[in-house]
Amino acid sequence: MTLAFPPQTSQPQSLPPGLQPQGWLRYLSFSLDHKVIGLQYMVTGFFFYLVGGALAGVIRVELLSPISDFVPRETYNEMLTLHGTVMIFLWIVPVVNGAFGNYLIPFYVGARDMAFPRLNAVAFWMIPPAGFLLIASYFIAGAAQSGWTAYPPLSLTTPAAGQVVWILSVLLLGGSSIFGGINFIATILKLRRPGLKMMQLPMYCWAMLGTSFLVVLATPVLAGTLVLLSFDIIAHTGFFNPALGGNAVVYQHLFWFYSHPAVYIMVLPAFGLVSEILPVHARKPLFGYTTMVYSILGIVFLGLIVWAHHMFTSGTPPWMRLFFTIATAFIAVPTGIKFFNWLATLWGGKIALNSAMLFSCAFIVHFVFGGITGVALAQVPFDIHVHDTYFVVGHFHYIVYGGTVFVVFGSIYHWFPKFTGRMLNEHLGRLHFALTFIGFNLCFAPQHWLGLNGMPRRVAEYDPQFTMLNQVSSVGALLMAISTLPFLINVAWSAFAGPVAGDNPWRALTPEWLTSSPPPVENWIGPAPLVTHPYGYGVAEDQIDLKSTTGQQLWSRGR
Amino acid sequence: MALAGSSIPIRWESSDMRSVPIPSAILTLVVGMILVLAGLWVGQNINLLPAAASSNAPLYDELFAVLFTIGTILFLGILGLLIFSLVRFRRRDGDSGDGVAVEGNLQLEIFWTAIPAIVVLFVGIYSYDIYDRMGGMIPLADPHSMHGTMDSPVAQASVRSSEGEAGTPRLWGGIGAASGGSIGVLPVDVTALQFAFLFHYPEGDFISGELHVKSGQTVELRMEARDVIHAFWVPEFRLKQDVIPGQPTVLTFTPTLPGRYPIICAELCGPYHGGMRSTVVVHEPEAFDRWLDSNLPATVASAAGAPTG
Repeated sequence: MTLAFPPQTSQPQSLPPGLQPQGWLRYLSFSLDHKVIGLQYMVTGFFFYLVGGALAGVIRVELLSPISDFVPRETYNEMLTLHGTVMIFLWIVPVVNGAFGNYLIPFYVGARDMAFPRLNAVAFWMIPPAGFLLIASYFIAGAAQSGWTAYPPLSLTTPAAGQVVWILSVLLLGGSSIFGGINFIATILKLRRPGLKMMQLPMYCWAMLGTSFLVVLATPVLAGTLVLLSFDIIAHTGFFNPALGGNAVVYQHLFWFYSHPAVYIMVLPAFGLVSEILPVHARKPLFGYTTMVYSILGIVFLGLIVWAHHMFTSGTPPWMRLFFTIATAFIAVPTGIKFFNWLATLWGGKIALNSAMLFSCAFIVHFVFGGITGVALAQVPFDIHVHDTYFVVGHFHYIVYGGTVFVVFGSIYHWFPKFTGRMLNEHLGRLHFALTFIGFNLCFAPQHWLGLNGMPRRVAEYDPQFTMLNQVSSVGALLMAISTLPFLINVAWSAFAGPVAGDNPWRALTPEWLTSSPPPVENWIGPAPLVTHPYGYGVAEDQIDLKSTTGQQLWSRGR
Repeated sequence: MALAGSSIPIRWESSDMRSVPIPSAILTLVVGMILVLAGLWVGQNINLLPAAASSNAPLYDELFAVLFTIGTILFLGILGLLIFSLVRFRRRDGDSGDGVAVEGNLQLEIFWTAIPAIVVLFVGIYSYDIYDRMGGMIPLADPHSMHGTMDSPVAQASVRSSEGEAGTPRLWGGIGAASGGSIGVLPVDVTALQFAFLFHYPEGDFISGELHVKSGQTVELRMEARDVIHAFWVPEFRLKQDVIPGQPTVLTFTPTLPGRYPIICAELCGPYHGGMRSTVVVHEPEAFDRWLDSNLPATVASAAGAPTG
């Protein structure tokens, strides 16, 4: 454990006695360094992103034609189940929480590592076995076929082996997520540098604090539910089996009690990351820090009491529908605050239109679109028509891909110089952005129309009148697949041959930039800096540098 | 997008060519008016929905138009603001200065908290009203209020027998108003199983693979699932209801437009989920009576004796 031996880290050249490997081998080891663990999460997550993308590719190829002709129907259901599970539990949740959380949170609170470094390493090392277990189930016994929601009684009647492995894998991933959540809460609340107040923390800390509370409150419910489901499968109990006196709708309540907050577990960290990126590249303070904090807390609270909007067609009583409609729609208020604040952060700035900024701004566009369809979906009469259709598929991909995944890419462009000490290539970055942006919108925008006009989700065959738009959607998916190439080339090439970044290429003020790139083992040589104004950019309004000011700028301020 | 962006040249022209610019409040007002008009035009003129073939479909379309209008205004407004900011406030070459150190504006924050809250509240109340007019707020789970809509003793009996007990069964329902109920309700027992819907007509005691209904007559579907969860969806009726094993469910609607529409299973139910489809045929009243007569067991039996009939 590095924390116990501070003298070692002040002389990084001398190899310490011990079994911990040095150099690149650290990344394959049970390292306790939060930065190593963060990058382990990131690379593992990206590997599973490629796996999940390949699964999506199978789905989009199958949907090129209205008949089921590419893979057997059972295989198609395995593909869509694995696609959902891999993308949620192995890519987005580990990367926006585990990767960036582990890398950045100790810097932001002025600590030398996470509160529980060993627990942190355990949490990461639960992910690769769980992931490979899930993928291997396809080759050994056939994967689960009941969708990532695993609704009984379908999940009780599909082949049991795949379903049980799926449950085991999700339990491991949920456990990893809980360990991470506890660690983030402890680190943010208890490991802050003396003198650093809560309301001086960078916004990503608040986002991770809120997210971690959601993780700790909601994930155990999913774990308990899946354990009961596995009893129903293995021991033929009847918790959720109507044939044995159980109730299938209870499972849906318990499942969505986790899985709706899971959306915020995927999205709130992205909100935090965007709040870090925008001020740096717009050279302005984050607008409305205090309201941003309260809006995160508001989203956390509301996110816990809206789950039944996934069940408006499941025979829920009318009062419940009314309550969940109102609660769901009101999430738009704290979310709206954040978006207006980001726009206000950009307004009047000096915006660098680099890849990190482009991805962040595309996130704003996509999330606003997904948020508008989300408020519509919260209305019971609207939802009754489009529930379980491609409208919903389009909606949530705008949230989790157009929202969160775009932020992940933007964040990689922003923090890569810190991770490696080298800059990414800006031209390849913009090519990556253009391909992803066009491909994404081509893939998912038409799906809204398909859903409104009668195409249900999770089907291998569909009405031939929808062929053309499905082919458009598949072309978009192909562009998205191609878009990973410039990204991978860029990362691989720049990591070794990119221009040297220096400690702080963006002239940023948050603490992770106030050390070398890449940072030393315990983050800073010497004491941790006390950053009380993480967004202290900008010049006072009456101190404008007249040499670089145009008449337009004066005019735009009403002078 | 084009409309929101159109303010850019006006502003540039005004500041470059004339010494006195147009006050920004006026420009903002004009942009806002253009946005509202664009939203209204989009909501009224762009139709994204299939034919409206039931009495609650026009209500749905009304709600859709309102949501589409509000959504368009918001989306175009934010998109326009974002693109304008990115163009107008982009960093010029050689400029390494900072923007203005504005850290917040409490009145502005209150303003843009209040506006979405009011919009969301309005949308919620409006959609509640639409839902009420569709009949969705009738508490179907309460057996006492069910007696009003349960005109047909045959249908009642069939649901009860499935429960296998003497007490009033608990029925679960989606949208349930008997809106056009002057000519009586047509009861149909629906059984959903992997991978088909079966429609049993208690009036003639026969089973059909397609749902045949009479235009203008309220239909009461009493639905049950055999094996796993299915969902009964007719896009042209704007209606969907999950059919859950162990939960007898009632769905009531009034078809209005004669034609043939797809019935689609909308809940993943197994490998052939995508193929679990059927057709609902909405007949003119006379045609429906003819269809019903031709399928009555007595008619079918006599027709079997005389193949030419």
